[in-house]
Amino acid sequence: MPMETVFSVKPFLAVLVSLIAIPGIISSRSQNIRESWTFAAAGIKLVLVLSMLPLVLNKGVVEYTVFQVFPNLGITFRVDAFGMLFALVASSLWIVTSIYSIGYMRSLDEHSQTRYFCFFAVALSATIGVAFSANLLTMYLFYEMLSLATYPLVTHHQDKEARSSGRKYLFYILGGSIGFALPAMLITYHFTGTLDFTGHGVMAGHVTSGTALVLSLMFLFGFAKVGIMPMHSWLPAAMVAPTPVSALLHAVAVVKVGAFSVVRVFTGIVGTGVLADYNISLVVCVIASFTVIVASMIALSQDELKRRLAFSTIGQLSYIVLGVALLSKSGMTGGMLHIAMHAFGKITLFFCAGAIFCATGIKYISKMKGIGRRMPITMTAFLIGSLSVVGLPPCGGFISKWYLVLGTIEAGHIAFLFVLLSSSFLNAAYFFPVFYNAFFCSPEEMLFEDKVNEAPLWCVVPLVITAGISVVLFFYPQPFLNLAKLAVQNVLGG
Amino acid sequence: MESIFSLVLAKANYAAYIILMMIGLYAMIAKNNLIKKIVGMSIFQTAVILFYVSIGCKKGATIPILRHHGHPEPVGHAAENAGAHAMDAAHGAEKVVAHAVDAAHNAVHVADYINPLPHVLMLTAIVVGVATLGVALALAIRVYNTYGTLEEDEINQQLRSG
Amino acid sequence: MTRHLPALIIVIPLLSALVTSGSGWFNQKAPFRIAVSALLLSLLCAVLMLIQVVTTGIAMEYRMAGWAGPMGIVYVIDHLSAIVLVVITSVSCLNLVAQRKNIHAEFKDKQGAFNALYVLFTAGLIGMTATGDAFNLYVLLEIVSLSGYALIGLGNTRAPLATLNYLFLGTIGATFYLLGVGYLYIATGTLNMAELTTMIPKLMDSGVILFAFIICVTGLFVKMALFPVHGWLPDAYSQATPAAAGLIAPLTTKVTVYILIRICMTVFTPEYTFDHLDISGFIVLVAVVTIVFGSLSALAQKNVKKMLTYIIIAEVGYMVGGFFLGNRLGISGAILHIINDAAMTLALFLAAGIFIWKTGGESRSDLKGLFAKMPFTMAGFVLAALSVVGVPPTCGFFSKWYLISGGVQAGNYLFVAALIFSSLVNAVLFFRLFEIAYFEPFGEDEDHAHGHGNSHGSHHHVGALAIKEAPLDMLVPFLAACMALIVLGLYSGTIITNIIQFAIPTGVI
Repeated sequence: MPMETVFSVKPFLAVLVSLIAIPGIISSRSQNIRESWTFAAAGIKLVLVLSMLPLVLNKGVVEYTVFQVFPNLGITFRVDAFGMLFALVASSLWIVTSIYSIGYMRSLDEHSQTRYFCFFAVALSATIGVAFSANLLTMYLFYEMLSLATYPLVTHHQDKEARSSGRKYLFYILGGSIGFALPAMLITYHFTGTLDFTGHGVMAGHVTSGTALVLSLMFLFGFAKVGIMPMHSWLPAAMVAPTPVSALLHAVAVVKVGAFSVVRVFTGIVGTGVLADYNISLVVCVIASFTVIVASMIALSQDELKRRLAFSTIGQLSYIVLGVALLSKSGMTGGMLHIAMHAFGKITLFFCAGAIFCATGIKYISKMKGIGRRMPITMTAFLIGSLSVVGLPPCGGFISKWYLVLGTIEAGHIAFLFVLLSSSFLNAAYFFPVFYNAFFCSPEEMLFEDKVNEAPLWCVVPLVITAGISVVLFFYPQPFLNLAKLAVQNVLGG
Repeated sequence: MESIFSLVLAKANYAAYIILMMIGLYAMIAKNNLIKKIVGMSIFQTAVILFYVSIGCKKGATIPILRHHGHPEPVGHAAENAGAHAMDAAHGAEKVVAHAVDAAHNAVHVADYINPLPHVLMLTAIVVGVATLGVALALAIRVYNTYGTLEEDEINQQLRSG
Repeated sequence: MTRHLPALIIVIPLLSALVTSGSGWFNQKAPFRIAVSALLLSLLCAVLMLIQVVTTGIAMEYRMAGWAGPMGIVYVIDHLSAIVLVVITSVSCLNLVAQRKNIHAEFKDKQGAFNALYVLFTAGLIGMTATGDAFNLYVLLEIVSLSGYALIGLGNTRAPLATLNYLFLGTIGATFYLLGVGYLYIATGTLNMAELTTMIPKLMDSGVILFAFIICVTGLFVKMALFPVHGWLPDAYSQATPAAAGLIAPLTTKVTVYILIRICMTVFTPEYTFDHLDISGFIVLVAVVTIVFGSLSALAQKNVKKMLTYIIIAEVGYMVGGFFLGNRLGISGAILHIINDAAMTLALFLAAGIFIWKTGGESRSDLKGLFAKMPFTMAGFVLAALSVVGVPPTCGFFSKWYLISGGVQAGNYLFVAALIFSSLVNAVLFFRLFEIAYFEPFGEDEDHAHGHGNSHGSHHHVGALAIKEAPLDMLVPFLAACMALIVLGLYSGTIITNIIQFAIPTGVI
């Protein structure tokens, strides 16, 4: 099927727009002007991304080369269905998160807000850059840029805890990318002579099965943002960050960049053929399943809400890897779709955690008895978010999980079906007690006085929006579903 | 055993420079006093100078100032030619054959003259050596002014305690 | 005019060194101005020559005083030397401009002398790069060394002793080289590099040539501080004044590596160095040890400047190892790294100069709170550090790219592992500094007051609260150096295909 390739500067602009806003953010005299720069950048970014959507849905591709570093390799952007899916999620959630950031940062009177918004903008540029990159070099560039831009965000509080968490964060993320991903990339380049993402991968015929397996695992663990065990422990540590950071970066941008990179490399570099022929996919499935189950079990034991969410994220990320590694049509669709569905669900949950902290200063689940009576909107949104993450209707998460389940059957690996089902059960087990505690408790157990109220409007509105979108996505998953299906078509053909 | 002995005797210049070089190196490494180290350094450099000077020498040859055998030439030209010959002579035996073809009719016998080029080079090397010595001594004076001693172990002791 | 560029590029700084030292008697500001303009002119010459060499594709040859080679001294500007000349002159020029305030403060009435030495040192480096004569190279090597000793010796109270040790080892290295040249002369009867190239292939089995090679290369290893003869470097460089360190640290080792490449490729020919001799594997191993040792030692340092000097040692290992991989990728990486590492080291030492100027101390803890106090300087410092770590799109990433590719191609995974290891250690090193600068608030330290024993004579320690961004005339050149890191990175493909590719003989694949 002929694909229409359009050469346009738009993808580059979409990446650049938040960087351009930075001087504006730094030089602004008042908070409001500063935030309007952020919104302007976020809005333009979303518009730019959306403007490419129709073309991509028509199986077109947008391409732009910024700089030809090597004769056959440059800093090049290419927007295809999968990249578009991810970019759409990230750029739309940036707007919501910006609203939330304002509410959160101002109500807690955080220091260095300018720095915060600056690096947020850089991180978003990097995220879109990863989504749109046409080859592994470009992706690696933006991947590293994201790692570094999030460091000041993770360590925003600049205290001892932030310092040790930041150290852990860098150790895993930079250690993984420099220690594993970089050599894997160069070895791949040596064997294949190219790093472009293609539909069928570039490794076929160039490497032996052993090399392919080693390289695949190096990529899987090297892109440590995906949090495959044992490269996961940075994620709970990074929860020291202010909640909007955790929300956008550690439920959406950073971790999904990891998942996106792994999927991209598996499909575009290693190739589904190589994955299947050398049984690499099975190895990856097993590793991912292990992470899914273990992370869910650890989540059960966490009392701090954000940490519980973090471990939940680790498990959910492995769903994506698992789904794609199943190599069946539905499984891959489900995996890619899960990037979007989980993003909206999880960001809602983080927003709720932050709103609770804003309003009451409480971080621990055991101290949240009865909070639903005082903050009904927040806790209802929390319910919707957790339904979505568990994968129950009427939420978007159901759709992706449905495809994942279908995928396991299609691939003929019933064992992984049990992994998915038992993990869903575990998800339910660690989310519903939160909700139950919040609403159903006797008046004596109630820990909150009457004066406790909902968080500021700037905090509540975003979480209502994302919860709403989660529900809407159940009924209208088309934009994301179509993109995911297209992406799978590009990879599997037919 | 005899053959080694005769080899050393035949190439006494090499043996000499190597011995000198080792003496210098030993002084630089093992001596405690900075001035003695500097002296060692000078010996070390001089050894190489000796090596160079010795490789230019030939048995029975004389200094390379040409006496003209060939047909008379205008003075200026002759001087220039002489320079060229002198330089060519520098070229080690086998090279000269190739390079001095155009000058062959002048019939300069290379074997009659020592090779001046290594000697000329060593003029420069000597200058370099003297300069190095000067800098080294100047630094030693500053070290002495700072620590009041030139013994390395005493200086190190001061550094450790201070 | 263009014909004389190879002479002008060295004659201008050489003569102005003379003028500079005298002019200090008459005018305080004159030496600096003369030095800067001389270096700018040299830079101009270098750029013009680079353009000419790249456009024509032919090396420029200049006969000094009209004497033809092989008797006269010939200066040869080919692709390799042209690019290195541009690096030398631009680094030297940028550093001098950036350090003006430092020089003023350090050498109040000795500015003439300092600037003269500075220019002389640069002239020596230029000569070393441009010359096509093996003995002339020795003389210029010693000019560089002697002026380098003087520059370093002008540092703090510990400097003379460190310099003396440097002088001993430097003399051993240079003398070894001289000895090697002597044996080359015995075997071939010439000192002209171009002529040596044509004669070596016939003499490949000669023991004299082998001995000459080993002695020459050993001498150069001493000069470039390869493990285990690296001991002089950290002491000497870290005791030097910022202005001198900013010149010597980025250039000396890099130019020596260039000389190594020149000797091995132009004089001894790649066939001899890589194919005929069976030592490449061993030298790569030594380079690997150098990299690991340099990185680990850097980890143990509390003094920022000293840490940087150990990084330099590790980087020497990168270049020597990459070169002795013996394939096109590795050699390209080594040459590219000469350029990139000069720029990175310059940026790092300029940053160190600014820190010392502002805080008066040079230990890790003196960086406390600087992210808040001087954001632009720190941003530049972060960029330079990322380049050393090897994060795209900075130039450090791309030279590492070539070096690792070369290692993979040669199947030398030990070298690849060493590079990766060193990148990771560098990340730890710099993020440890960033942590201090970012997390620890400014001024909270008691031992600061008496921690100054080993720092410089003159202080600009204007009190904790007054510290803010560095003065513009330091900041602008520094940030220019930092931007160069990105520009070099993005254009590294261009540099490789247009310049470095031609610098490597076609026989090397």
